Amino acid sequence: MSSISSASATPPTLPPLETLIACPACDLLMAAPSLEAQQNCRCSRCHHLLYAPRRQTFAQVIALSLTVAILMIGAVFFPFLEISAGGIRHQSSIFDTALAFSEGILLPLSVVVMALIVVLPLLRVTLLLYTLWPLAQGRAPWRHARRAFRLAEAIQPWSMAEIFVVGAVVALVKLAGLATITLGPAFWAFGLLVIVVTVKDNLLCDWTLWKAIDTQR
Amino acid sequence: MESNRHPTLTARAAGLIGCRACGRVSPGDTSVCPRCGGALEPDRNLSLQRVWAWMAAGIICYIPANLYPMLRTSTVATGTAENTIMGGVVELVHAHEWAVAGIVFAASVLVPIAKFIAIAALAISLRGRATMSSHRRHKLLEIMDFIGRWSMVDVFVVAILSSLVQLGYVVNIHPGPAAALFALSVAFTMLAAQSFDPRLIWEKDQGYPA
Repeated sequence: MSSISSASATPPTLPPLETLIACPACDLLMAAPSLEAQQNCRCSRCHHLLYAPRRQTFAQVIALSLTVAILMIGAVFFPFLEISAGGIRHQSSIFDTALAFSEGILLPLSVVVMALIVVLPLLRVTLLLYTLWPLAQGRAPWRHARRAFRLAEAIQPWSMAEIFVVGAVVALVKLAGLATITLGPAFWAFGLLVIVVTVKDNLLCDWTLWKAIDTQR
Repeated sequence: MESNRHPTLTARAAGLIGCRACGRVSPGDTSVCPRCGGALEPDRNLSLQRVWAWMAAGIICYIPANLYPMLRTSTVATGTAENTIMGGVVELVHAHEWAVAGIVFAASVLVPIAKFIAIAALAISLRGRATMSSHRRHKLLEIMDFIGRWSMVDVFVVAILSSLVQLGYVVNIHPGPAAALFALSVAFTMLAAQSFDPRLIWEKDQGYPA
């Protein structure tokens, strides 16, 4: 990838804007090379990863997104953890975990926790499915696909399933001496979900997707 | 490619504007990206104003988050005990759970404070002469953007503990007000890091005023 150098103060005649890419991190203007044949393509100044075109991955991302949705729905309703001590047992699901804050003034935090660990991850895969489904079949994108994909990207840092799993492990260690803990099916579903989400996000190349939205009509 | 030493053309210098979300280049006076519909901001000083505003909100929430209890544990034997963030870490250290104590300490104390300092230092570095290269400052910003969300771990620990440990007369755990304050602080500092436009760091390098 070659950067466009400005030899003089007057800007050179620029090629059509569609063929350019401005590095989202450092603003360097580059000629977008052909999407084929390139491996991981980085900005020549700041080394920000611009794209890793994997055109064949649309179908894989769809499959993994469906997997995430199914695992998440399972994880919400099956028991997450069970505790027993002194002859008393108590079971809690992921739903109960979010509702832990539902007493009194902390109620809004319940809504936030539910959003961070269940709603936003689900919303993200739903939006990805909506964007990718027609594109994977070589058809024109559905209406509002651009908005859907931009929202899916904005949600990504707020989708905290993997952080929740680390939180669960910390909680288990804290309780280890106090009581007997049984890991429920939802715990394993959630652990698996984290792996699938990571693989899916690594396969997804946003530049390739934007290009497909732009060109498939 | 030693582009650092050669004159390079940024979208801004060419009278264009690049989209932070999708990389699409548009004429300089465009306000909405034609490809992704994201907002394009010609005035990057707005970015810094937002950074400072979110940072201030984050610090305002972080201080009481450390003073109020995060957890209330009530048992028959010992009555009710309250734990702050640091109290929870100390308890883990006493239990010789070094690894988990380390995780909680890093996520709840080190990361938030490092983030306040790093982002403030980056914002200030745009004004004067920076001691770190653009590359290193950009890397620092990316790290801050990446690790910030992991601070939320403690909020989830509190949620799991207080939903699970409901054992009638034996032991009960309830969340304290610090959980909400801490969650807010993490969210605000995440927004501060996201608002920081990394192009400001590179612009300075080229002699364009921030």
